[in-house]
Amino acid sequence: MKFIDEYRDREAAQKLARAIARITTKPHSLMEICGGQTHSIVKFGIDELLPKDITLIHGPGCPVCVTPIELIDKAIELASRPDVIFCSFGDMMRVPGSRKNLLTVKSEGGDVRIVYAPIDAVRLAEKSPNKEVVFFGVGFETTAPANAMAVYYAKEREVSNFSMLVSHVLVPPAIESILSSPDNRVQGFLAAGHVCAVMGCEEYVPIASRYHVPIVVTGFEPVDILQGIFLCVKQLEDGRAEVENPYSRVVRHGGNTPAQELVRRVFTIVPRKWRGIGKIADSGLGLSEPYQSFDAERRFNLAEGGVDEPSECISGLILQGIKKPCECEAFGVHCTPESPLGAPMVSSEGACAAYYRYRRFETQPEIVGSKA
Amino acid sequence: MCLAVPGKIINVTEEDELLRQGKIDFGSIVKNVSLVCVPDAAIGQYVLVHAGIAISVVDEAEAKRVFEYLDQMGELTELEMETS
Ligand code: SF4
Repeated sequence: MKFIDEYRDREAAQKLARAIARITTKPHSLMEICGGQTHSIVKFGIDELLPKDITLIHGPGCPVCVTPIELIDKAIELASRPDVIFCSFGDMMRVPGSRKNLLTVKSEGGDVRIVYAPIDAVRLAEKSPNKEVVFFGVGFETTAPANAMAVYYAKEREVSNFSMLVSHVLVPPAIESILSSPDNRVQGFLAAGHVCAVMGCEEYVPIASRYHVPIVVTGFEPVDILQGIFLCVKQLEDGRAEVENPYSRVVRHGGNTPAQELVRRVFTIVPRKWRGIGKIADSGLGLSEPYQSFDAERRFNLAEGGVDEPSECISGLILQGIKKPCECEAFGVHCTPESPLGAPMVSSEGACAAYYRYRRFETQPEIVGSKA
Repeated sequence: MCLAVPGKIINVTEEDELLRQGKIDFGSIVKNVSLVCVPDAAIGQYVLVHAGIAISVVDEAEAKRVFEYLDQMGELTELEMETS
């Protein structure tokens, strides 16, 4: 497929890895924010192509992993109601709530459906006037336009039996929270390219200068990731801290203006709790005033409740890049993708699931191995 | 879940302004995708699609630059010599 295959070229990746080795004179720790990038790094063995001095720390950029357990419990409560058709992206189905997951609700007779696009849930509501259709609106900035579009359409078309359970999170506040932690080891960031495709690069400029960290907008294919690492290391070696955008085939500096307008119209910035991390100020999106009648928490009057996460699960430390999945005692023992204790084991973009899938048997990753 | 995939626009339907849509060819499958956020995208262009909505137009000229960049570093030339 065009714009994918050429960026998986093994020779090009190895050349870039050699270029990184050539310019590296001291240790550097870089964080890839996005779980999609973590998945690519582990799948293609990109970390194993790098010189020993470069450490990649896996960041909290997986919306499935950071959706708080209380929200999962609310989703389960709604999905269990006989008057509700509950729609969700597939990845959320097996995320453990405090007692069960959405898949269990479905097996118990709940009407739980996987949809590819949020707008499909609104169309389902139009076709099911006797039911309440609730969509589980999770995601980062990348997903916000699709979710905003669904709510906007529902309001324009007066689809009053549609609502959204919103748990949207934002990347820049998470980066700031990581950088201001006393335990921080991150010296440079690979920013999530698809988040920037929507929001642009502007928001990262003050962060790069305030904390003196390079931030390089990075894509998802091996050549993209290696190029992001190369530019980040180059900045660190030169003592620079700038925002750079080598992913310019997709990301314009100002981002996607119509998408931003749509998101700004439907959502407003709110504080959010991140699973395993805790509350971060101004780190999420909730429905804005004119769209609050589509808020499922309001419509169904869901109670707030604090829930403890399983104590064995160290996902908070994993999501902040303080520990690697194999350092968790439950990894591969009590916690597997079939029966996950924590969210990072559920989503294919969660660091624990990526390590379980690609690193458990120490198989040859695709790039360093014999096949291209 | 944030993965966005590039695909080629093979047709555009304008009849519903709220739902400006296009058929996008992803190589192995063709899907209907909302084009509301890429109002200028036209047939034949590549867009990046996530959760049923196109979030960016892929710039072909910029795409070439990565490889030109590698070229500048002398890397691709070296590669060509090795493989020819
Ligand atoms: S391996 Fe499982 S228990 Fe351990 S941190 Fe990851 S998700 Fe939590």
